[in-house]
Amino acid sequence: MTFWEVTLFLLDGFKISLLIFAVTLLLGVPLGLPIAFCSMSRFKPVQAISKVIVWIVRGIPLMLQIFIIYYVPGLLFSFPMFSQIDRYMLIHHGVQDAGRITAVLIAFVINYACYFSEIYRGGIESISKGQYEAGYVLGLTNSQVFKKIILKQVVQRIVPPMSNEVITLIKDTALANCIVVCEIIKQAKELAATKAMVWPLFYTGVFYLIFVGILTICLGKVEKKLSYFRS
Amino acid sequence: MALLEIKGIRKSFGKVEVLKGVDFALEKGEVLVIIGSSGSGKTTLLRCLNFLEHPDEGTFLFDGEELFSATTAYSDAEIREKRLHFGLVFQQFNLFPQYTVLRNITLAPDLLEPDKKEEHLQKANQLLEKIGLTDRADAYPCQLSGGQQQRVAIARALAMEPDILCFDEPTSALDPELTGEVLKVIRSLKSSDSTMIVVTHEMAFARDVADKVIYMADGVIEEAGTPEEVFGHPKSPRLQAFLSKTE
Ligand SMILES: Nc1ncnc2c1ncn2[C@@H]1O[C@H](COP(=O)(O)OP(=O)(O)OP(=O)(O)O)[C@@H](O)[C@H]1O
Ligand SMILES: [Mg+2]
Repeated sequence: MTFWEVTLFLLDGFKISLLIFAVTLLLGVPLGLPIAFCSMSRFKPVQAISKVIVWIVRGIPLMLQIFIIYYVPGLLFSFPMFSQIDRYMLIHHGVQDAGRITAVLIAFVINYACYFSEIYRGGIESISKGQYEAGYVLGLTNSQVFKKIILKQVVQRIVPPMSNEVITLIKDTALANCIVVCEIIKQAKELAATKAMVWPLFYTGVFYLIFVGILTICLGKVEKKLSYFRS
Repeated sequence: MALLEIKGIRKSFGKVEVLKGVDFALEKGEVLVIIGSSGSGKTTLLRCLNFLEHPDEGTFLFDGEELFSATTAYSDAEIREKRLHFGLVFQQFNLFPQYTVLRNITLAPDLLEPDKKEEHLQKANQLLEKIGLTDRADAYPCQLSGGQQQRVAIARALAMEPDILCFDEPTSALDPELTGEVLKVIRSLKSSDSTMIVVTHEMAFARDVADKVIYMADGVIEEAGTPEEVFGHPKSPRLQAFLSKTE
């Protein structure tokens, strides 16, 4: 296999990594908000449930969560949902790994939504009471105060910690390999097994580095754009 | 008839009673200065007037009509309407950091009356002129000195055209050399006949600007009167001790 062929082969795997990355952000970023609001709810039972969920999800290794999501339907309910999706999609649409990827996506979205929710909560709680009160005494409603005064300050404060999570996320996609999803490292391992080529495994690092480099530049720009004010 | 009449305001936080029955009246165009040592309940009183705290007991009459009664439950919308009679300038300014000076002033008026934006802009520019910050209209709060920020906060409160403007130690977060510019703005408001309630530790300023002075101690009004009475001939021993400490 030439260098170019290996690159294309690995790129096929990296597309899966990027898919997991994109879907996790697309769904996890908004899903974190209701979780954050539940964790801050004045209604204690809601707050407690939300906090316990966040504690469990943040306390268990993500790899284990992927196993749980993937295997539990089959083990507990004798309904191996994700393998059935795998089979169905392969036979009818020629798509590989659809069920496994779905399981990985569910685990990732839940996991990251919980992490994001804690960042949101920290950001919202860091805004001083005086900002709310200044809005209230001017006659604004709760929702006007939140949307017009608080939100942007929260966004400015959470961009740096969110950037860290986003960079961790692309590296975490390698965990999908634990249920044999063909992400980039799985592809490289395949080359090692079938063609006795070990170097592609190390070469995968270049893909991550380039992507993280691009992310760093983009997120840095967002951060800079929001730095015109200091709260 | 008094513009504002406060009767029997009580407020506790948990077991601590911070206001133990406060009464006073304020005429239109009057400046009421509240002095008193730390923890005597001055901030809490202003916060009650601005509906940031709900008193446990007491009533407010505005123009002779009941504006607030502690026994009545008000909806959020009612509270919003009632608090527009009052404005509040905070010790810590609390400007909105993401907006320019001009936008800080027009934000609330624009949100409350979206069809009068042109008017609000004009009004804001007049206010900027009044506080002497026309050239900083497009600056962000972090680019201003503390004194300039507090002047903007005053303009922001004035833009809502409150009947009574309250100040909670407007100069105590400022470096001494910046207090003058803020006090000057408040003085200019007095000469334009604004009704104001000012909590301050600046005794010289208090004496100069006040029509009425209230000395608070331990959640009650210990002594009240004209500046001459309160500063010149204090009767209560606590007030005498307080004044001798601050001189
Ligand atoms: N939200 C609150 N919860 C509990 N206690 C409070 C609260 N707000 C104020 N207090 C207490 O009420 C008392 C009066 O506070 P307040 O801020 O009204 O005093 P102040 O006269 O404004 O003092 P200062 O001159 O220091 O500003 C203080 O003992 C304070 O600790
Ligand atoms: Mg105070």
